[in-house]
Amino acid sequence: MSPTDAPLLEVSGLVKSFGDNVVLNGVSFAVDPGKVTCLIGPSGSGKTTVLRCLNGLETPDAGVLAFSDGGRSDFSQAPSGRAAKLERAALRDRSAMVFQHHNLFPHLTVLQNVIEGPVRARGIAKEVAVAEAERLLERVGLSQKRDAFPHELSGGQQQRVGIVRALALRPDLLLFDEPTSALDPELVGEVLLVLKELAEEGWTMVIVTHELGFARQVADQVVFFDEGVIVERGHPAEMFAAPQNARTRRFLDRLLRPLDE
Amino acid sequence: MDAETWQLIVTSFWPMLSAGLAVTMPLALVSFAIGLVLAVAAALMRISGSRALSGIARVYVSAIRGTPLLVQIFIVFYGLPQVGVRIEEFPAAIIALSLNVGGYAAEVIRAAILSVPKGQWEAAFTVGLSRATALRRIILPQAARVSVPPLSNTFISLVKDTSLVATITVTELFRVAQNIAAFSYEFMVIYIEAAFIYWLFCLILSFGQDRIERRLDRRVAH
Repeated sequence: MSPTDAPLLEVSGLVKSFGDNVVLNGVSFAVDPGKVTCLIGPSGSGKTTVLRCLNGLETPDAGVLAFSDGGRSDFSQAPSGRAAKLERAALRDRSAMVFQHHNLFPHLTVLQNVIEGPVRARGIAKEVAVAEAERLLERVGLSQKRDAFPHELSGGQQQRVGIVRALALRPDLLLFDEPTSALDPELVGEVLLVLKELAEEGWTMVIVTHELGFARQVADQVVFFDEGVIVERGHPAEMFAAPQNARTRRFLDRLLRPLDE
Repeated sequence: MDAETWQLIVTSFWPMLSAGLAVTMPLALVSFAIGLVLAVAAALMRISGSRALSGIARVYVSAIRGTPLLVQIFIVFYGLPQVGVRIEEFPAAIIALSLNVGGYAAEVIRAAILSVPKGQWEAAFTVGLSRATALRRIILPQAARVSVPPLSNTFISLVKDTSLVATITVTELFRVAQNIAAFSYEFMVIYIEAAFIYWLFCLILSFGQDRIERRLDRRVAH
């Protein structure tokens, strides 16, 4: 395997418990550069926790995250407070998260939301960050809204700003936590369209989603979670047409044909 | 009411009002400002995660809220000189009132910080902010908005509480009223007049409070 084919990120043996509740029980998968990975599965299956581990919002109890540039976080030997802090900072340098409930900063304008990270955390000059933010807002059709406050936007617009805020960090890896499930149905399309365009542009993305139609169209890899383990993974066309595992089949049936007995 | 009483009401009005404007209000404003600094410090100590800092702040808040303001004022003005710390009445009043407001406002500010949704911390972390920067840039500005209504109430209470420092001879509004009442023997009239002036101050302040609240109402996370 040549270096360019190496996965951008290799997740291996991720374990995470909250108290007695084992949420992740040895999760391993790889994310190829420029590819879209969709994590699907019933709620409580651990897919969101995986995503949060990739962004340092949760610290796994064990497991390794290895990046193709040599960056590596090994959680198996419990790091001290300071080392853990650096570890989290390193993960956040590589990835950016888009949340289910956008989590925009309500007291800042759209533009200020977008440049906060680049200017305050990445040390990018303000003029450069503003120019970049304006370019990205233009891309998602929100140039007019740069001075609006989040509460003045529709849900779909808020989520598009959330995506721009993540893009402005120029991450290697874009993480999406159910980016459309808090939206009114008629607003889902505009957000999925942006995701699809990002995929076509070659961003590496990991998306937790219930939108199977979207996954089928856009994902290069679908990973199905249940009860803290990966039950099945593969290309969406094959997996949705002929799931190998009974649990996958039940889950897909329920989502694709919710009214059938 | 006879003409003489009316005359007294009219001639007393300006001395009381000017004491209110020149002493009561500055006393309240300065004490509130210092108290807010103490309150933010105590609130941050409470949420710091350090057991020692949190414990110190907890004891401070508990002691202030668990003891009468009058007793606190007496300790500062009459008590401290006996251990060699002599403080003039006006600074003593400010010290006692600031410490008192700090204790009450600390709980307000702590609650306001905790009311900011967890997602705001996470979003701040995910764009790369450190805990301190997240607090300063993202959390505190939102907490400030949430805490305006309860802090306005704290301030209005403080304006009325300043009347207690009359007991340590600060010539604020109520002390002036006491002096006038003492030589005129018109207790009812003079104290009601003093009450009216406090009421007037508080009406104006709560009008201002309404306006600020309406301005800040939006731009707060759900």
